Amino acid sequence: MNSIHFLLGIGREAFRGGKVFWTWMAVLSSAVFLGILSYTIQFKLGAIVTTGLSEEVAWGIYIANFAFLIGIAAAAVMLVIPAYIFHQEEIKQVVLIGEAMAVAACLIAIMFIMASLGRPDRLWHILPYIGRLNLPRSMLAWDVVIINLYLALNLVMFFSMLYMNFLGKEPNYYVYFIGIMIAILVAISIHTVTAFLFSSNVSRPYWHSAILGPRFLASAFTSGPALIIIALQVIRAYTRYRVADKVIEILAVVMTVTLQINLFLLAVEMFTEFYSQTKHSGSIQYLFFGLNGYSALVPWIWTSIVLNLSAVFILTIHPLRRNRRLLNVACFLTIIGIWMEKGMGLVIPGFIPTPLGDIVEYIPTLHEIAVSLGIWAFGAIIFTLLVKILISVQLGELKISPGFTPYSIADHQPKIKHG
Amino acid sequence: MKHHTNPMPPRGKVRPGRRVSRRSLLKKIGAAGATLAMGTTSTAFAKIAFENEEFQDSWEEYFQSHYQEMTPEEIKQSLARLERNAKRRWKVNLKISNTPPMEGVLFGYALNISKCKGYRKCVYACVEENNITRHPQIHYIRVLEMNKGSMDLEHSDHYYDPESVPQKGKFYLPVQCHHCQNPPCVRACPTKATWKEPDGIVVIDYNWCIGCHYCVVACPYWARHFNWERPSLPPEEINLKTHYLGNRPRMWGVMEKCTFCINRVRKGKLPACHEACPTGARVFGNILDPNSEISQILKNKTVFRLKEDLNTDPKFWFYTD
Repeated sequence: MNSIHFLLGIGREAFRGGKVFWTWMAVLSSAVFLGILSYTIQFKLGAIVTTGLSEEVAWGIYIANFAFLIGIAAAAVMLVIPAYIFHQEEIKQVVLIGEAMAVAACLIAIMFIMASLGRPDRLWHILPYIGRLNLPRSMLAWDVVIINLYLALNLVMFFSMLYMNFLGKEPNYYVYFIGIMIAILVAISIHTVTAFLFSSNVSRPYWHSAILGPRFLASAFTSGPALIIIALQVIRAYTRYRVADKVIEILAVVMTVTLQINLFLLAVEMFTEFYSQTKHSGSIQYLFFGLNGYSALVPWIWTSIVLNLSAVFILTIHPLRRNRRLLNVACFLTIIGIWMEKGMGLVIPGFIPTPLGDIVEYIPTLHEIAVSLGIWAFGAIIFTLLVKILISVQLGELKISPGFTPYSIADHQPKIKHG
Repeated sequence: MKHHTNPMPPRGKVRPGRRVSRRSLLKKIGAAGATLAMGTTSTAFAKIAFENEEFQDSWEEYFQSHYQEMTPEEIKQSLARLERNAKRRWKVNLKISNTPPMEGVLFGYALNISKCKGYRKCVYACVEENNITRHPQIHYIRVLEMNKGSMDLEHSDHYYDPESVPQKGKFYLPVQCHHCQNPPCVRACPTKATWKEPDGIVVIDYNWCIGCHYCVVACPYWARHFNWERPSLPPEEINLKTHYLGNRPRMWGVMEKCTFCINRVRKGKLPACHEACPTGARVFGNILDPNSEISQILKNKTVFRLKEDLNTDPKFWFYTD
């Protein structure tokens, strides 16, 4: 009975809101609609017509977004670690917001993979038991397993903790603690495995580097907290939910350190490649300075470097970071900077030049951008709805009412006549 | 040389039909679900749909197992289904075989770069033999125009004009699937849709591939190609003698690649590129047979392979006179 009450309650809570809420949802829904339309056209006409992809550059903006989103999915764990390892009580309040973001990020990361698949209709071929997953040899198979595991884990944690809140009970500490430990390990694994997805390819010297794993972790632990800070600022501005200043402060310190490490690792990578200038440095040369007259990504990567450097400048100087407005700016700069660097900046140069030394450039088409925006908008819808129900449960607006029957929810309590 | 008696590749033989029954269960559930769903609106429609041969074929094809897990009977049905498809689509009598590998055979290819003059005859013979889509064009063989005195692929010309060859100061390097002994593409594939056959040919089950491009990423020789759209084949140009793992017409959204002309070489013929070569630069054969021409070349000539540092152990060699 309680669980039915819970489900009905959150179902109703998710779709109840004012003008701001419905405008926001309308904007997102139209973006989703445009995305679906573009994808349908891609499916009908063939990806060669609608996308900028080619035989030479097989992965584009879809996989770029995927790589970035895996980083965002780390957000949850970046809240869990300070809250439960370093016992920061304030952060415990917002852990569930991180979980919600992880759920949304994982979901749309999977959607981006689906968008780039040639035969999404054959997806059952990778299902366990009926399909044929190439374990343990294929890194892509590992990635499928680990991302789904992380998604499932975050979904279970989010809803079970919410349900406990709803019942007004404390979750069983040991069960909870074990869950969190597993989540931390899996979160680190999704980055490592996704980095291995790229770095395991001997055919692509640009990715074939041991530092790719650490770079993935560093940039994930930068962009994840940055997006969480933005989300928390919005939640503080538009809802009655209270977020302690300390939470934002801790997250800002985390992202400062990780952004510094991220830039350091990038510099290390650049030194190794540019000092020796072997044939294997072709891709990074193409990315930063252009190769044989081709230079489509040069402005792209330098923009990202400037954004990241500006962000690290604001974050590193304490008085600047403590200024809320500047912090927001730094978060935006970081998110866009990392998205450019860890997205297209990571994926595309891997294909340029090809293993046979040919150069074909890639620029995403409007179609691909529309599909990508649609998927992002879908993620935003999921995140919004999850946070909405989370807030109403945590503010105590949605909680178990004694004497509940499924027919009598909240304000529809049957009136009892008093003699 | 004699054929394996069992047409099934080893893995399916070890585990007969276990998964198959599971999958047919899935199919039954799917069918029941579909009938139920349609039945609620119109039972008649469902009945018509399932009595329609085309619908039934695509339904069965969708739930078809992996090639290595099908029973001989299922493979036979699959071949017949695909032949019916071709009949409906192009009005041609396609023959799809599943000739098994020959015992004691490991195929190898050697190419004499001092003879190759870059006419690209092999490229186009390959397109015709393998029923490769004409638009957009896919080529399994890429001939690079290289600068003499260097093996630098990055300074090669991929788009030279074959009418004006050979050019002074250049030599020509045709590259196709190297059929590695240790193939990175097979390792990468998340669904095991590509594998190495006992005779050394790396094949793809086009009906199992999900089109993720990960093998393209993994291949150091740029040998794997993707059907970005529905392949277009003029019916009169279709090669009717095909193999399930080779040159049968492909569908959109899947990978394809050179199979050493599996439909020909398993019947003792030479690959189409070999036959088409006007300069006699190509030598193909069984490297396990010490008397074959290719074995002689490997024994007596100075040969090299591309990117040996990657330890992929290709079955494709280059040599000079």
